[in-house]
Amino acid sequence: MFVRRQVLLAAGAVAAAAAAVPACAQEEAVKIGLIVPMTGGQASTGRQIDNAIKLYMQQKGDTVAGKKIEIILRDDAAVPDNTKRLAQELIVNEKVNIIAGFGVTPAALAAAPLATQAKVPEIVMAAGTSIITERSPYVVRTSFTLPQSSTIIGDWAAKNGIKKVATLTSDYAPGNDALASFKEHFVAGGGEIVEEVKVPLANPDFAPFLQRMKDSKPDAMFVFVPAGQGGNFMKQYAERGLDKSGIRVIGPGDVMDDDLLNNMGDAALGAVTAHLYSAAHPSQINKEFVAAYKKAFNNRPGFMAVGGYDGIHLIYEALKKTGGDATGDKLIAAMKGMKWESPRGPISIDPETRDIVQNIYIRKVEKVDGELYNVEFATFEAVKDPGKTKK
Amino acid sequence: MTTLFTILFDGVAYGMLLFVLACGLAVTLGLMNFVNLAHGAFAMAGGYICAVLVNNSGWPFFAALPLAFVASAAIGMVLERTLYRHLYARSHLDQVLFSIGLVFMSVAAIDYIMGSSRVFIKLPAALEGQFDFFGVGIGRYRLMIIVICGLLTVALQLILARTRFGSRLRAAVDDPRAAIGLGINVPQVFAFTFAFGCGLAGLGGALSAEILGLDPYFPLKFMIYFLIVVTVGGSSSITGPFLASLLLGIGDVAGKYYVPKMGPFVIYTIMIVILIWRPNGLFGRTAAR
Repeated sequence: MFVRRQVLLAAGAVAAAAAAVPACAQEEAVKIGLIVPMTGGQASTGRQIDNAIKLYMQQKGDTVAGKKIEIILRDDAAVPDNTKRLAQELIVNEKVNIIAGFGVTPAALAAAPLATQAKVPEIVMAAGTSIITERSPYVVRTSFTLPQSSTIIGDWAAKNGIKKVATLTSDYAPGNDALASFKEHFVAGGGEIVEEVKVPLANPDFAPFLQRMKDSKPDAMFVFVPAGQGGNFMKQYAERGLDKSGIRVIGPGDVMDDDLLNNMGDAALGAVTAHLYSAAHPSQINKEFVAAYKKAFNNRPGFMAVGGYDGIHLIYEALKKTGGDATGDKLIAAMKGMKWESPRGPISIDPETRDIVQNIYIRKVEKVDGELYNVEFATFEAVKDPGKTKK
Repeated sequence: MTTLFTILFDGVAYGMLLFVLACGLAVTLGLMNFVNLAHGAFAMAGGYICAVLVNNSGWPFFAALPLAFVASAAIGMVLERTLYRHLYARSHLDQVLFSIGLVFMSVAAIDYIMGSSRVFIKLPAALEGQFDFFGVGIGRYRLMIIVICGLLTVALQLILARTRFGSRLRAAVDDPRAAIGLGINVPQVFAFTFAFGCGLAGLGGALSAEILGLDPYFPLKFMIYFLIVVTVGGSSSITGPFLASLLLGIGDVAGKYYVPKMGPFVIYTIMIVILIWRPNGLFGRTAAR
């Protein structure tokens, strides 16, 4: 019933926006095809991105550089086949100028060849595998890459008295990315991996894997599971008494997504993760962003929402720079090297890789005003994607 | 050594859970010869009913469990009378198409009403955590599952073997025509049995929310597991599915613990080996009906 209320609210917001703009936009519009999962297991990603974009357009208006911005929302349910078909339809039939969204890595990869062929910018707002931006010169990313956060947490763990780590990661591209970059940095820093378990992506029960973690007696366990599974994982982590046996949870921040964190219960307290965004980020911009988001959608924004918010901001700014010219090559050129202050902190687009450069924060789960938050306590500034700087 | 027992314990709990979830299907598929792929939808209904009662209405967990059973059974009863009844005499393909359609409708309906993210049921503190029993880690919640499911199994076996209803059901299954001739109201017996099976699934769904996770895709995700239990166990009694559930539960947990790389394949391997050895399942009838 929460959702129904949200839908009503959102519908109301759209109606209000539509009413506010009279039909005087005879200027051609800039069309953005937004492809995100709105149903299925990844639906929370799509909803956050969609919400954030609506919020941004409410705040900044829907006209930029004389062009009206039009969002065409499509649901791919995180199935790459759908993504490809929808991207093609949007580009060919709707003649969109930009495609955006992409909840999971396979979806972003499926659309990349189309972006190249049609010379349409593809703004990746969620997917986090390193290789995505290399698949097309038209891909620009405003989310994050998993190596960004995983290498940082690896360095941090090695320097902060964690000697033995057991890893538990989901067995698919982002999980393997996270594991590889964590391992490399943690072992280089003098740490030791005592146990390595890859869990199947569709995994009903974590029990046997967690038992293995417990028996290997590490100082901490490195965890990456996709955003939706974090809650289930933490429940079983507590059930098995791992919190009491002194095994800390560390990892990239996906597990502790703000979207789910507050429902995880006190077992999550003390978990240390490295990530790009926390709803508790202490900047003025973020406070305003969180307050506006909460007011509009009755929920806390997570890092996916920020990816969407920055993505639409990037599009707006690029259009301003080109004076409303929405040809693919000009937009991409305008986006390269762009810098701005996001709710997550200062970020920029790397002119060489078109990938995001951002601060990675080390955060610990604490109780603030009776709610669980990731409280940031250390900052690694302007981190580029380590998956690419290596080469 | 103690780890072995913990693994065994977790496996038994998982198996028991599978049994409660799947035994209703064993009844409809095995006894009534109806392919009901929508069985998981009733489990999901029970899970969500329990979640809403506990989380939103503040019911105690143990009061919500029986209600999950009753409500799912009631839904099952209504659907049996209105929809399922017409398909008993139809071909298996019709039954499959009908019930899979029902699954998709239930997925979409729950997604619309409750949202697509996972739902957790707030548990009483007494059920959380683990305690040590001579060095063996025993999860409280899993222990409760074993106790509840164990009692249920015994009760089911007694009902089927000892009560008048049990003998009527067995008679209705063995030879419906003769049973009707003897004055047994066969459709009523089937309706009641179907509803009972749905109720058990609902209870299983409520119990499994904590361990398997409850989301709108539950009926699709676990359909395979239910079918494996029934095919491996054979469909002549409930002992077969019971043993099959335990075997699969322990095999799955132990497999994931000892050979994590092969983990997901273990139960399928067990299934294939058993079916090659005994094509009608562990306790199957020799002639397919």
